[in-house]
Amino acid sequence: MSTEKMEKEPLFSAKNIKLLTGPVNMNNPITVQVLGICSALAVTAKMKPALVMALAVMIVTGFSNLVISLLRNGIPPRIRIIVQLVVVAALVILVDQILKAFVYDVSKQLSVFVGLIITNCIIMGRLEAFAMGNKPWPSFLDGIGNGLGYGLILLIVAFFRELFGSGTILGYEVVPQSLYHAGYENNGMMILPPMALITVGVIIWVQRYYNRELLEDK
Amino acid sequence: MYSNGYIFRYAAILVVLAAAFLSLASVLLKPFQERNKAIDKMEGILSAARVEGVNANNAIPYFDKYIVDEQVVNAKGEVVNSYTQNQKDKAQAFNLDMKVELYNKAHNKPFQLPVYIAEKEGQKIYIFPMRGTGLWGAIWGNIALSSDLNTVIGVYFGDASETPGLGGEIKSDKFKDQFIGKKIFDNEGKFTSIEVVKGGIQKLPAGDRIHGVDALSGATLTSNGVNDMLKNVLGIYLPYIEKNR
Repeated sequence: MSTEKMEKEPLFSAKNIKLLTGPVNMNNPITVQVLGICSALAVTAKMKPALVMALAVMIVTGFSNLVISLLRNGIPPRIRIIVQLVVVAALVILVDQILKAFVYDVSKQLSVFVGLIITNCIIMGRLEAFAMGNKPWPSFLDGIGNGLGYGLILLIVAFFRELFGSGTILGYEVVPQSLYHAGYENNGMMILPPMALITVGVIIWVQRYYNRELLEDK
Repeated sequence: MYSNGYIFRYAAILVVLAAAFLSLASVLLKPFQERNKAIDKMEGILSAARVEGVNANNAIPYFDKYIVDEQVVNAKGEVVNSYTQNQKDKAQAFNLDMKVELYNKAHNKPFQLPVYIAEKEGQKIYIFPMRGTGLWGAIWGNIALSSDLNTVIGVYFGDASETPGLGGEIKSDKFKDQFIGKKIFDNEGKFTSIEVVKGGIQKLPAGDRIHGVDALSGATLTSNGVNDMLKNVLGIYLPYIEKNR
Protein backbone atom coordinates (compact mmCIF):
# COMPACT_ATOMS: atom_id res chain seq x y z
CA MET A 1 0.00 0.00 0.00
CA SER A 2 1.13 3.54 -0.62
CA THR A 3 2.00 4.68 2.87
CA GLU A 4 3.95 7.70 1.60
CA LYS A 5 0.86 9.10 -0.04
CA MET A 6 -1.08 8.49 3.17
CA GLU A 7 1.39 10.64 5.11
CA LYS A 8 0.93 13.55 2.77
CA GLU A 9 -2.75 13.61 3.50
CA PRO A 10 -3.80 14.07 7.16
CA LEU A 11 -5.95 11.24 8.55
CA PHE A 12 -8.94 13.50 9.00
CA SER A 13 -8.57 15.78 6.03
CA ALA A 14 -11.62 17.64 4.79
CA LYS A 15 -12.06 15.03 2.08
CA ASN A 16 -11.96 12.16 4.57
CA ILE A 17 -14.35 13.90 6.95
CA LYS A 18 -16.73 14.27 4.05
CA LEU A 19 -16.60 10.49 3.50
CA LEU A 20 -17.72 10.08 7.08
CA THR A 21 -20.46 12.73 7.18
CA GLY A 22 -21.72 12.58 3.58
CA PRO A 23 -23.69 9.35 4.03
CA VAL A 24 -25.31 10.70 7.21
CA ASN A 25 -27.32 13.28 5.28
CA MET A 26 -26.75 14.13 1.62
CA ASN A 27 -25.79 10.63 0.52
CA ASN A 28 -27.71 8.62 3.11
CA PRO A 29 -27.83 4.93 2.19
CA ILE A 30 -31.47 4.52 3.20
CA THR A 31 -33.15 7.79 2.29
CA VAL A 32 -31.08 8.81 -0.75
CA GLN A 33 -29.58 5.60 -2.13
CA VAL A 34 -32.65 3.63 -0.91
CA LEU A 35 -30.61 0.58 0.09
CA GLY A 36 -31.01 -1.67 3.10
CA ILE A 37 -34.71 -0.92 3.47
CA CYS A 38 -35.72 -4.49 4.39
CA SER A 39 -33.77 -4.67 7.61
CA ALA A 40 -34.80 -1.10 8.44
CA LEU A 41 -38.40 -2.32 8.48
CA ALA A 42 -37.69 -5.46 10.44
CA VAL A 43 -35.68 -4.34 13.45
CA THR A 44 -37.15 -0.92 14.21
CA ALA A 45 -40.15 -1.86 16.36
CA LYS A 46 -38.06 -1.13 19.48
CA MET A 47 -35.02 1.10 19.93
CA LYS A 48 -32.66 -1.30 21.67
CA PRO A 49 -32.49 -3.90 18.88
CA ALA A 50 -32.28 -1.05 16.35
CA LEU A 51 -29.28 0.36 18.21
CA VAL A 52 -27.45 -2.97 18.30
CA MET A 53 -28.32 -3.64 14.67
CA ALA A 54 -26.96 -0.20 13.71
CA LEU A 55 -23.70 -0.91 15.54
CA ALA A 56 -23.40 -4.36 13.98
CA VAL A 57 -23.94 -2.99 10.46
CA MET A 58 -21.50 -0.15 11.09
CA ILE A 59 -18.80 -2.59 12.18
CA VAL A 60 -19.42 -4.85 9.21
CA THR A 61 -19.48 -2.02 6.63
CA GLY A 62 -16.35 -0.46 8.12
CA PHE A 63 -14.24 -3.58 8.36
CA SER A 64 -15.41 -5.24 5.15
CA ASN A 65 -14.54 -2.02 3.31
CA LEU A 66 -11.14 -2.05 5.02
CA VAL A 67 -10.36 -5.68 4.22
CA ILE A 68 -11.56 -5.49 0.61
CA SER A 69 -9.61 -2.30 0.07
CA LEU A 70 -6.45 -3.98 1.40
CA LEU A 71 -6.99 -6.91 -0.94
CA ARG A 72 -8.24 -4.87 -3.90
CA ASN A 73 -5.07 -5.10 -6.02
CA GLY A 74 -4.94 -8.89 -5.78
CA ILE A 75 -8.61 -9.77 -6.21
CA PRO A 76 -9.22 -11.37 -9.62
CA PRO A 77 -12.10 -9.33 -11.12
CA ARG A 78 -13.91 -12.45 -12.30
CA ILE A 79 -14.49 -13.69 -8.73
CA ARG A 80 -14.57 -10.33 -6.95
CA ILE A 81 -18.22 -10.65 -5.85
CA ILE A 82 -17.52 -14.06 -4.32
CA VAL A 83 -14.46 -12.72 -2.53
CA GLN A 84 -16.55 -9.82 -1.19
CA LEU A 85 -19.22 -12.22 -0.01
CA VAL A 86 -16.71 -14.42 1.81
CA VAL A 87 -15.29 -11.41 3.65
CA VAL A 88 -18.73 -10.01 4.53
CA ALA A 89 -20.09 -13.39 5.60
CA ALA A 90 -17.06 -14.08 7.81
CA LEU A 91 -17.45 -10.70 9.52
CA VAL A 92 -21.20 -11.12 10.01
CA ILE A 93 -20.78 -14.58 11.53
CA LEU A 94 -18.11 -13.18 13.84
CA VAL A 95 -20.42 -10.34 14.96
CA ASP A 96 -23.25 -12.82 15.53
CA GLN A 97 -20.99 -15.06 17.63
CA ILE A 98 -19.77 -12.12 19.70
CA LEU A 99 -23.32 -10.92 20.33
CA LYS A 100 -24.31 -14.43 21.44
CA ALA A 101 -21.37 -14.55 23.81
CA PHE A 102 -21.65 -11.11 25.40
CA VAL A 103 -25.11 -9.57 24.88
CA TYR A 104 -27.25 -12.68 24.78
CA ASP A 105 -30.60 -10.98 25.41
CA VAL A 106 -30.17 -8.58 22.49
CA SER A 107 -28.93 -11.39 20.28
CA LYS A 108 -32.15 -13.27 21.10
CA GLN A 109 -34.24 -10.27 20.03
CA LEU A 110 -32.36 -9.75 16.77
CA SER A 111 -32.41 -13.48 16.01
CA VAL A 112 -32.06 -13.99 12.25
CA PHE A 113 -31.56 -10.35 11.33
CA VAL A 114 -27.89 -10.34 12.29
CA GLY A 115 -27.27 -13.20 9.88
CA LEU A 116 -29.20 -11.29 7.24
CA ILE A 117 -26.72 -8.39 7.39
CA ILE A 118 -24.87 -10.47 4.78
CA THR A 119 -27.58 -9.62 2.29
CA ASN A 120 -27.71 -5.93 3.23
CA CYS A 121 -27.30 -4.10 -0.07
CA ILE A 122 -25.45 -1.20 1.57
CA ILE A 123 -22.42 -3.39 2.27
CA MET A 124 -22.05 -4.90 -1.19
CA GLY A 125 -22.88 -1.52 -2.69
CA ARG A 126 -20.06 0.23 -0.85
CA LEU A 127 -17.59 -2.57 -1.56
CA GLU A 128 -18.25 -2.38 -5.29
CA ALA A 129 -18.57 1.38 -5.52
CA PHE A 130 -15.85 2.48 -3.15
CA ALA A 131 -13.56 -0.08 -1.53
CA MET A 132 -12.55 -1.75 -4.81
CA GLY A 133 -11.06 1.52 -6.04
CA ASN A 134 -9.86 3.40 -2.97
CA LYS A 135 -7.17 3.21 -0.32
CA PRO A 136 -7.86 1.40 2.99
CA TRP A 137 -8.25 4.39 5.30
CA PRO A 138 -10.76 6.34 3.16
CA SER A 139 -12.58 3.03 2.55
CA PHE A 140 -12.83 2.35 6.25
CA LEU A 141 -14.20 5.87 6.84
CA ASP A 142 -16.67 5.45 3.99
CA GLY A 143 -17.89 2.18 5.54
CA ILE A 144 -18.25 3.68 9.00
CA GLY A 145 -20.00 6.72 7.50
CA ASN A 146 -22.52 4.59 5.65
CA GLY A 147 -23.07 2.55 8.80
CA LEU A 148 -23.72 5.80 10.67
CA GLY A 149 -26.19 7.01 8.06
CA TYR A 150 -28.01 3.67 8.17
CA GLY A 151 -28.00 3.64 11.98
CA LEU A 152 -29.29 7.20 12.23
CA ILE A 153 -32.35 6.44 10.11
CA LEU A 154 -32.90 3.18 12.02
CA LEU A 155 -32.88 5.01 15.33
CA ILE A 156 -35.21 7.78 14.13
CA VAL A 157 -37.69 5.23 12.80
CA ALA A 158 -37.40 3.08 15.93
CA PHE A 159 -37.89 6.15 18.16
CA PHE A 160 -41.25 7.00 16.62
CA ARG A 161 -42.39 3.39 16.33
CA GLU A 162 -41.56 2.57 19.93
CA LEU A 163 -42.98 5.86 21.26
CA PHE A 164 -46.34 5.55 19.51
CA GLY A 165 -46.47 1.77 19.33
CA SER A 166 -45.45 0.81 22.86
CA GLY A 167 -45.36 4.12 24.77
CA THR A 168 -41.74 3.53 25.74
CA ILE A 169 -38.26 4.75 24.75
CA LEU A 170 -35.44 2.19 25.07
CA GLY A 171 -37.81 0.19 27.27
CA TYR A 172 -38.60 3.02 29.71
CA GLU A 173 -42.21 4.12 30.06
CA VAL A 174 -42.49 7.69 28.81
CA VAL A 175 -46.21 8.04 28.18
CA PRO A 176 -47.70 8.93 31.60
CA GLN A 177 -50.28 6.56 33.07
CA SER A 178 -52.75 9.45 33.43
CA LEU A 179 -52.87 9.72 29.65
CA TYR A 180 -53.88 6.05 29.38
CA HIS A 181 -56.56 6.63 32.01
CA ALA A 182 -57.82 9.53 29.90
CA GLY A 183 -58.41 7.10 27.04
CA TYR A 184 -55.09 7.21 25.10
CA GLU A 185 -54.04 3.92 23.59
CA ASN A 186 -50.83 2.67 22.01
CA ASN A 187 -51.15 2.38 18.26
CA GLY A 188 -50.67 -1.27 17.34
CA MET A 189 -50.23 -0.28 13.69
CA MET A 190 -46.87 1.31 14.53
CA ILE A 191 -45.49 -2.08 15.51
CA LEU A 192 -46.15 -3.53 12.07
CA PRO A 193 -43.59 -3.21 9.24
CA PRO A 194 -45.81 -1.08 6.92
CA MET A 195 -45.65 1.82 9.36
CA ALA A 196 -41.86 1.64 9.26
CA LEU A 197 -42.04 2.11 5.50
CA ILE A 198 -44.36 5.10 5.96
CA THR A 199 -42.04 6.55 8.62
CA VAL A 200 -39.07 6.17 6.26
CA GLY A 201 -41.18 7.89 3.61
CA VAL A 202 -41.86 10.82 5.92
CA ILE A 203 -38.15 11.11 6.73
CA ILE A 204 -37.33 11.18 3.00
CA TRP A 205 -39.99 13.88 2.50
CA VAL A 206 -38.65 16.06 5.32
CA GLN A 207 -35.04 15.57 4.21
CA ARG A 208 -35.82 16.59 0.63
CA TYR A 209 -37.84 19.58 1.75
CA TYR A 210 -34.74 20.97 3.45
CA ASN A 211 -32.25 19.78 0.81
CA ARG A 212 -33.72 20.86 -2.50
CA GLU A 213 -30.69 19.64 -4.46
CA LEU A 214 -31.76 16.06 -3.69
CA LEU A 215 -34.94 16.50 -5.72
CA GLU A 216 -34.96 14.65 -9.02
CA ASP A 217 -35.44 16.65 -12.22
CA LYS A 218 -38.95 16.51 -13.50
CA MET B 1 -5.01 -10.58 -16.65
CA TYR B 2 -5.27 -13.24 -13.99
CA SER B 3 -4.75 -16.87 -14.97
CA ASN B 4 -7.20 -19.57 -14.00
CA GLY B 5 -4.53 -21.08 -11.76
CA TYR B 6 -4.19 -17.80 -9.88
CA ILE B 7 -7.97 -17.51 -9.44
CA PHE B 8 -8.23 -21.04 -8.03
CA ARG B 9 -5.28 -20.52 -5.68
CA TYR B 10 -6.65 -17.18 -4.55
CA ALA B 11 -10.10 -18.59 -3.85
CA ALA B 12 -8.75 -21.64 -2.04
CA ILE B 13 -6.44 -19.65 0.23
CA LEU B 14 -9.11 -17.06 1.01
CA VAL B 15 -11.69 -19.68 1.94
CA VAL B 16 -9.26 -21.65 4.11
CA LEU B 17 -8.19 -18.48 5.91
CA ALA B 18 -11.79 -17.41 6.52
CA ALA B 19 -12.69 -20.87 7.78
CA ALA B 20 -9.71 -21.01 10.14
CA PHE B 21 -10.50 -17.54 11.46
CA LEU B 22 -14.15 -18.40 12.13
CA SER B 23 -13.33 -21.76 13.70
CA LEU B 24 -10.94 -20.05 16.07
CA ALA B 25 -13.55 -17.44 17.02
CA SER B 26 -16.16 -20.14 17.52
CA VAL B 27 -13.91 -22.23 19.78
CA LEU B 28 -12.88 -19.22 21.85
CA LEU B 29 -16.43 -17.90 22.29
CA LYS B 30 -18.16 -21.24 22.86
CA PRO B 31 -17.80 -21.36 26.67
CA PHE B 32 -19.37 -17.89 26.99
CA GLN B 33 -22.25 -18.84 24.70
CA GLU B 34 -22.95 -22.12 26.51
CA ARG B 35 -22.96 -20.28 29.81
CA ASN B 36 -25.40 -17.68 28.47
CA LYS B 37 -27.73 -20.41 27.26
CA ALA B 38 -27.65 -22.17 30.62
CA ILE B 39 -28.25 -18.89 32.45
CA ASP B 40 -31.15 -18.07 30.13
CA LYS B 41 -32.71 -21.47 30.85
CA MET B 42 -32.29 -20.98 34.61
CA GLU B 43 -33.85 -17.52 34.43
CA GLY B 44 -36.85 -18.98 32.61
CA ILE B 45 -37.34 -21.71 35.18
CA LEU B 46 -37.01 -19.34 38.15
CA SER B 47 -39.26 -16.80 36.45
CA ALA B 48 -42.05 -19.40 36.15
CA ALA B 49 -41.74 -20.12 39.89
CA ARG B 50 -41.98 -16.33 40.41
CA VAL B 51 -38.67 -16.02 42.23
CA GLU B 52 -38.06 -12.26 42.46
CA GLY B 53 -34.90 -10.35 41.56
CA VAL B 54 -33.28 -12.86 39.21
CA ASN B 55 -30.98 -11.47 36.54
CA ALA B 56 -28.19 -12.81 34.34
CA ASN B 57 -25.58 -12.12 37.03
CA ASN B 58 -27.19 -13.97 39.92
CA ALA B 59 -29.15 -16.68 38.10
CA ILE B 60 -26.69 -19.47 38.97
CA PRO B 61 -26.63 -18.94 42.79
CA TYR B 62 -30.41 -18.37 42.82
CA PHE B 63 -30.95 -21.56 40.84
CA ASP B 64 -28.77 -23.48 43.30
CA LYS B 65 -30.69 -22.02 46.20
CA TYR B 66 -34.26 -22.55 45.02
CA ILE B 67 -34.16 -25.69 42.86
CA VAL B 68 -33.92 -28.67 45.17
CA ASP B 69 -34.45 -31.52 42.73
CA GLU B 70 -34.07 -32.01 38.98
CA GLN B 71 -35.91 -35.12 37.83
CA VAL B 72 -35.99 -37.05 34.59
CA VAL B 73 -39.41 -38.55 33.95
CA ASN B 74 -40.29 -41.27 31.45
CA ALA B 75 -43.48 -41.77 29.42
CA LYS B 76 -45.21 -43.63 32.28
CA GLY B 77 -44.52 -40.76 34.67
CA GLU B 78 -41.86 -42.64 36.61
CA VAL B 79 -38.83 -40.76 37.90
CA VAL B 80 -35.77 -42.38 36.33
CA ASN B 81 -33.13 -39.90 37.45
CA SER B 82 -33.03 -37.41 40.27
CA TYR B 83 -30.30 -34.86 40.90
CA THR B 84 -30.15 -32.98 44.17
CA GLN B 85 -26.50 -31.98 44.30
CA ASN B 86 -25.02 -28.56 43.82
CA GLN B 87 -23.78 -28.34 40.23
CA LYS B 88 -27.28 -27.98 38.92
CA ASP B 89 -26.34 -27.38 35.30
CA LYS B 90 -24.65 -30.80 35.23
CA ALA B 91 -27.90 -32.62 35.97
CA GLN B 92 -29.22 -34.99 33.33
CA ALA B 93 -32.61 -33.26 33.46
CA PHE B 94 -31.08 -29.84 32.82
CA ASN B 95 -29.37 -31.06 29.67
CA LEU B 96 -32.38 -32.70 28.06
CA ASP B 97 -33.46 -30.94 24.89
CA MET B 98 -37.25 -30.53 24.81
CA LYS B 99 -37.19 -30.26 21.02
CA VAL B 100 -35.54 -33.67 20.67
CA GLU B 101 -37.66 -35.33 23.35
CA LEU B 102 -40.96 -34.04 21.96
CA TYR B 103 -39.87 -35.09 18.48
CA ASN B 104 -39.23 -38.60 19.80
CA LYS B 105 -42.62 -38.57 21.49
CA ALA B 106 -44.34 -37.53 18.26
CA HIS B 107 -42.59 -40.37 16.41
CA ASN B 108 -43.44 -43.00 19.02
CA LYS B 109 -39.84 -43.38 20.14
CA PRO B 110 -38.78 -43.58 23.80
CA PHE B 111 -38.44 -40.17 25.39
CA GLN B 112 -37.65 -38.53 28.71
CA LEU B 113 -38.77 -35.20 30.09
CA PRO B 114 -37.31 -32.94 32.76
CA VAL B 115 -39.19 -31.76 35.86
CA TYR B 116 -37.72 -29.17 38.21
CA ILE B 117 -38.77 -29.04 41.84
CA ALA B 118 -38.26 -25.77 43.66
CA GLU B 119 -38.74 -24.87 47.28
CA LYS B 120 -39.86 -21.34 47.95
CA GLU B 121 -40.92 -20.13 51.40
CA GLY B 122 -41.41 -23.74 52.50
CA GLN B 123 -43.70 -24.47 49.57
CA LYS B 124 -42.94 -27.16 47.01
CA ILE B 125 -43.24 -25.98 43.39
CA TYR B 126 -43.18 -28.23 40.30
CA ILE B 127 -41.87 -26.63 37.13
CA PHE B 128 -42.55 -28.21 33.73
CA PRO B 129 -40.75 -27.03 30.58
CA MET B 130 -42.89 -26.75 27.43
CA ARG B 131 -42.31 -26.33 23.73
CA GLY B 132 -44.63 -25.79 20.79
CA THR B 133 -45.18 -23.77 17.64
CA GLY B 134 -46.39 -20.20 17.34
CA LEU B 135 -47.15 -18.32 14.15
CA TRP B 136 -43.67 -17.85 12.68
CA GLY B 137 -41.57 -20.31 14.58
CA ALA B 138 -41.01 -22.19 17.81
CA ILE B 139 -42.41 -21.01 21.13
CA TRP B 140 -41.41 -22.43 24.49
CA GLY B 141 -41.94 -21.81 28.15
CA ASN B 142 -42.23 -23.18 31.64
CA ILE B 143 -45.28 -23.64 33.83
CA ALA B 144 -44.98 -23.83 37.60
CA LEU B 145 -47.61 -25.69 39.60
CA SER B 146 -48.01 -25.62 43.37
CA SER B 147 -47.65 -28.74 45.55
CA ASP B 148 -51.25 -29.82 44.74
CA LEU B 149 -50.14 -30.08 41.07
CA ASN B 150 -53.28 -28.25 40.06
CA THR B 151 -52.91 -24.54 40.83
CA VAL B 152 -50.63 -22.47 38.59
CA ILE B 153 -47.94 -20.52 40.44
CA GLY B 154 -46.66 -18.78 37.32
CA VAL B 155 -45.59 -19.20 33.72
CA TYR B 156 -42.77 -18.11 31.48
CA PHE B 157 -42.84 -17.89 27.70
CA GLY B 158 -40.24 -17.35 25.02
CA ASP B 159 -40.40 -17.29 21.24
CA ALA B 160 -38.09 -17.55 18.28
CA SER B 161 -39.76 -15.05 15.97
CA GLU B 162 -43.30 -13.99 16.94
CA THR B 163 -44.34 -10.50 15.78
CA PRO B 164 -43.06 -7.90 18.26
CA GLY B 165 -45.99 -6.13 19.91
CA LEU B 166 -48.53 -8.77 18.82
CA GLY B 167 -47.59 -12.43 19.27
CA GLY B 168 -44.40 -11.33 20.99
CA GLU B 169 -46.60 -10.08 23.84
CA ILE B 170 -46.82 -13.64 25.20
CA LYS B 171 -43.61 -12.66 27.00
CA SER B 172 -45.27 -9.66 28.68
CA ASP B 173 -46.20 -9.72 32.35
CA LYS B 174 -49.72 -8.67 31.44
CA PHE B 175 -50.29 -11.93 29.56
CA LYS B 176 -48.34 -14.18 31.92
CA ASP B 177 -49.91 -12.84 35.13
CA GLN B 178 -53.32 -14.04 33.95
CA PHE B 179 -52.22 -17.63 34.54
CA ILE B 180 -51.54 -17.16 38.25
CA GLY B 181 -54.02 -19.08 40.38
CA LYS B 182 -55.65 -20.87 37.44
CA LYS B 183 -56.30 -24.61 37.76
CA ILE B 184 -55.54 -27.42 35.30
CA PHE B 185 -58.05 -29.93 36.77
CA ASP B 186 -61.82 -29.46 37.23
CA ASN B 187 -63.77 -30.34 40.36
CA GLU B 188 -64.19 -33.98 39.28
CA GLY B 189 -60.42 -34.27 38.84
CA LYS B 190 -60.57 -34.27 35.05
CA PHE B 191 -57.63 -32.66 33.20
CA THR B 192 -58.75 -29.46 31.48
CA SER B 193 -55.44 -27.74 30.73
CA ILE B 194 -55.63 -23.95 30.51
CA GLU B 195 -57.48 -22.59 27.55
CA VAL B 196 -56.33 -19.41 25.81
CA VAL B 197 -59.71 -17.97 24.83
CA LYS B 198 -60.15 -15.71 21.83
CA GLY B 199 -62.49 -12.86 22.73
CA GLY B 200 -61.82 -13.23 26.45
CA ILE B 201 -62.80 -15.62 29.23
CA GLN B 202 -66.14 -13.84 29.70
CA LYS B 203 -67.30 -16.05 26.85
CA LEU B 204 -66.81 -19.15 29.01
CA PRO B 205 -69.42 -20.38 31.52
CA ALA B 206 -68.62 -18.86 34.93
CA GLY B 207 -67.43 -22.19 36.33
CA ASP B 208 -64.87 -22.70 33.56
CA ARG B 209 -63.19 -19.32 33.85
CA ILE B 210 -60.71 -20.75 36.35
CA HIS B 211 -59.35 -22.88 33.47
CA GLY B 212 -58.97 -20.07 30.92
CA VAL B 213 -57.07 -16.89 30.12
CA ASP B 214 -57.70 -14.10 27.60
CA ALA B 215 -56.03 -14.51 24.22
CA LEU B 216 -53.96 -11.66 22.82
CA SER B 217 -55.81 -9.42 20.41
CA GLY B 218 -54.20 -9.34 16.98
CA ALA B 219 -52.30 -12.55 17.71
CA THR B 220 -54.85 -15.34 17.35
CA LEU B 221 -52.42 -17.85 15.88
CA THR B 222 -49.76 -17.29 18.53
CA SER B 223 -52.48 -17.54 21.21
CA ASN B 224 -53.65 -20.82 19.67
CA GLY B 225 -50.04 -21.98 19.71
CA VAL B 226 -49.80 -21.28 23.45
CA ASN B 227 -53.12 -23.04 24.00
CA ASP B 228 -51.99 -26.14 22.08
CA MET B 229 -48.57 -26.16 23.73
CA LEU B 230 -50.13 -26.16 27.22
CA LYS B 231 -52.62 -28.87 26.34
CA ASN B 232 -50.11 -31.04 24.52
CA VAL B 233 -47.16 -30.84 26.90
CA LEU B 234 -49.15 -30.96 30.14
CA GLY B 235 -50.93 -33.93 28.57
CA ILE B 236 -47.60 -35.69 28.15
CA TYR B 237 -46.68 -34.93 31.76
CA LEU B 238 -50.12 -36.12 32.92
CA PRO B 239 -49.03 -39.60 34.14
CA TYR B 240 -46.40 -37.95 36.37
CA ILE B 241 -48.85 -35.31 37.59
CA GLU B 242 -51.57 -37.88 38.37
CA LYS B 243 -49.04 -40.04 40.22
CA ASN B 244 -47.91 -37.25 42.50
CA ARG B 245 -51.21 -35.49 43.19
